[in-house]
Amino acid sequence: MVERILSEQEKELLLGNEAIVRGALEAGVGFASTYPGTPASEIGDTFASIAKQLGINFEYSTNEKVALEAAAGAALSGVRSLVAFKSFGLNVASDSLFPLAYVGVKAGMVVVVSDDPSCWSSAQSEQDSRYYAKLAHLPMLEPSDAQECKDFTKIAFEISEKFEIPVLIRLSTRVSHETGVVSLGKIVKSEKTGKFVKDIKWKDFPPEIINTHKDLHSKLEEIAKEYGKRLSKLLQAKGNKGIITSGVSYGYVLEALEDLGIELPVLKLGLTFPLPEKIIENFLKSLESVLVVEELEPYLEESVCKLAGRINPDLKILGKNLLPIAGEMTEEAVLQAVSKLAKKKPKFDFSSHRKKYEKIKIARRFPLMCPGCPHRATFYAAKLAEPKAVFAGDIGCYMLGVHPPLETLDFVLAMGASEGLAHGISKVTNQKVIAFIGDSTFFHAGIPALINMVFNKSNSLIIILDNRTTAMTGHQPHPGVGLNGLGEPTKPVSLLDLVKACGVENVKIVDPYNIREMEETIKEFLASGKLSVIIARRECRLMTIRRMKKEGMKIHKFEIEKEKLSKECRQKLLSFGCPAIVEEDGIIFIDEDLCTGCGVCAQICPEAIKVKG
Amino acid sequence: MHWLWCMCPNLSGSDKGERMKEFNVVIAGIGGQGSITLAYVLAQAAFLKGYDVKTSELHGLAQRYGSVPCHVRFGEKIYSSVIMEGEANLIIGLEPLEAVRACYYGSKENGTIFVIDTKRIFPLSVQVCKEPYPSLKRIQKMLRAFGEKVFAVNASEAVKKLTGSFVASNIYLLGFCSAKKLIPIEKEFILEGMRKVLPEKLFDLNKKVFEEGEKEGLYGKG
Repeated sequence: MVERILSEQEKELLLGNEAIVRGALEAGVGFASTYPGTPASEIGDTFASIAKQLGINFEYSTNEKVALEAAAGAALSGVRSLVAFKSFGLNVASDSLFPLAYVGVKAGMVVVVSDDPSCWSSAQSEQDSRYYAKLAHLPMLEPSDAQECKDFTKIAFEISEKFEIPVLIRLSTRVSHETGVVSLGKIVKSEKTGKFVKDIKWKDFPPEIINTHKDLHSKLEEIAKEYGKRLSKLLQAKGNKGIITSGVSYGYVLEALEDLGIELPVLKLGLTFPLPEKIIENFLKSLESVLVVEELEPYLEESVCKLAGRINPDLKILGKNLLPIAGEMTEEAVLQAVSKLAKKKPKFDFSSHRKKYEKIKIARRFPLMCPGCPHRATFYAAKLAEPKAVFAGDIGCYMLGVHPPLETLDFVLAMGASEGLAHGISKVTNQKVIAFIGDSTFFHAGIPALINMVFNKSNSLIIILDNRTTAMTGHQPHPGVGLNGLGEPTKPVSLLDLVKACGVENVKIVDPYNIREMEETIKEFLASGKLSVIIARRECRLMTIRRMKKEGMKIHKFEIEKEKLSKECRQKLLSFGCPAIVEEDGIIFIDEDLCTGCGVCAQICPEAIKVKG
Repeated sequence: MHWLWCMCPNLSGSDKGERMKEFNVVIAGIGGQGSITLAYVLAQAAFLKGYDVKTSELHGLAQRYGSVPCHVRFGEKIYSSVIMEGEANLIIGLEPLEAVRACYYGSKENGTIFVIDTKRIFPLSVQVCKEPYPSLKRIQKMLRAFGEKVFAVNASEAVKKLTGSFVASNIYLLGFCSAKKLIPIEKEFILEGMRKVLPEKLFDLNKKVFEEGEKEGLYGKG
């Protein structure tokens, strides 16, 4: 990967997220920060792989708000900075982002946010972050492919520095995770150290702040004037039917036109906010009808309606009446909408093709926790201890505990939310409540919620699923592990000390692989009626296996002695839900290729499961 | 749809030097089977040959034993990274049921070829929710309704015999496709793509697996 990112070739194959990093390197970035979140994770991971070599200051911060503040601090000190996170990360960071628009920056600062339409890797909502730009008064650029990821990042730094304002770049899953051929520029040697020079304009208090607000609007107008054209693409063609589009949908529009064998005028917008209104008006003015093609909400369509009212009131506007408002945009939907606009039928009959496909019954395949995952063992023990408890979920691999057969989570809201909700439920019911929260998630947003539980006399049980890493997004380190994003040793923050320091008395570290001890501790803590914390500590099995293989250690796999397997045991094994325990044609066995030797199943069925001889 | 301009994939290898409009590959598998790695190898190979290339993939939550379809497109000029329904030229199924799940990317009209690994990996829904997992014979019949031809290859078993693990079955299938001339990229570019994408110390082993796949393509029963 490093070779491709630092390539001196003319062109290179880059992932959208990698192209963002390359763009930042070509702009001389000196500081980068992130909290990992799919689909943005590879931005941080790519920085992590090259930062030391280039002397760039890179960090995985404890959460997105801190990451943004750190990047702002660097930019105020004259060092170009970039911060990246997924859609929900922007929600966390927004508290500091809004005033930052007023305060401004000195060196360029770019904020990259990647949305996840269709929620491929998100549980919470299908957020369209474009509205944030308008709300926060910040310019937003929206690349369509890997090449634009690189180019727009460079332009974003330019705008940011010129107008002393942070600039947002908005991606979505299919742009972040598209690989494409990218024409490269030169990597610029960056300023890695700066100086904070005191400046009265950064102390933005009332009543001056009202003037700053006014200035902010003028700044945005200037940006639209100066960069609107440079960031737009206009495909000219004859005719009075046109298309306005942005982001990933642009490629779909081009495919559709090619498939239909037609040419229509297309305006592709790269500056999502402030919109280049003059350019849009010029495009709309001579049209009879326009199709707005955009993923998720009708953000552009609303503006097109407003501008058409001014310049061309008879214009027929098509958009969300033909295209989906929920779920990611699909090429098929765009092709059919363009076909309706142009009144030309596609050659391929999609609807009968779909119907033919939908007739096939295909067994569902849920994503699962891996064989040997310590979280599965913790969930299993919790269900044994108190099957009727309310199980509050949080964000991480353990969200997968929501699927059958474990079905251990009653809801999942946001980072750290398991504790807040558990507290509320325990306050107004007499039910037993268990909150499950990952170690990285606990550092991210769990600490203030825990302190609130102490402060306001909660009696819930919190189980910190401490697998010593940020597993779901690709095993990034967190404050508890003793290594930072550059791979340097740091002082590990002790979860046990932290929980005790918050004032929790019932606290214990338990190994999830010890089902009996976990079950008994849960029972004991719940019965105590006091706020309790169990730190369920066991390294992510993927990391353990990787290390064992590297060190040439043998993994002892397990097998089932079929003749000793009772009906009851068989049921227990299936309810454990380990992918390595397979039932084929009525026979249950352990798939030796999948088994990672955790041995938890041998505790569930000691009479029938033993180490393979 | 572009099939009017596309060369038949079976012929493309023999028409050296002729540029094709576009070629679309879907790789369907389960998180952890190496769909993304295979997509990267193909993309690098196509890039080295001088094509415009785009791939699309999914990460994160979906990777943990979930369904992971990857798209690889290459040709003169590629606008979008995602393959339209019915438009795949080749669908590589690293797992049979996942090939069925992704079969709508194929069509008779486009002459889609399916190459599937015969090793079935049962989803938990089959054990827990009693959802059906069809027989291999039935799966092949289902796939034929969405394409021209189905090759069922015992890749996982062959790779297990060779290396002691299933891990490189993706590369075995790549060797199979290459020998059968199902991908319009010469072997030298594919090997170079493997060299760029796979870990250096595993290259020789992967090359061996690739060549075994080739042998199966050339002399196997498929």
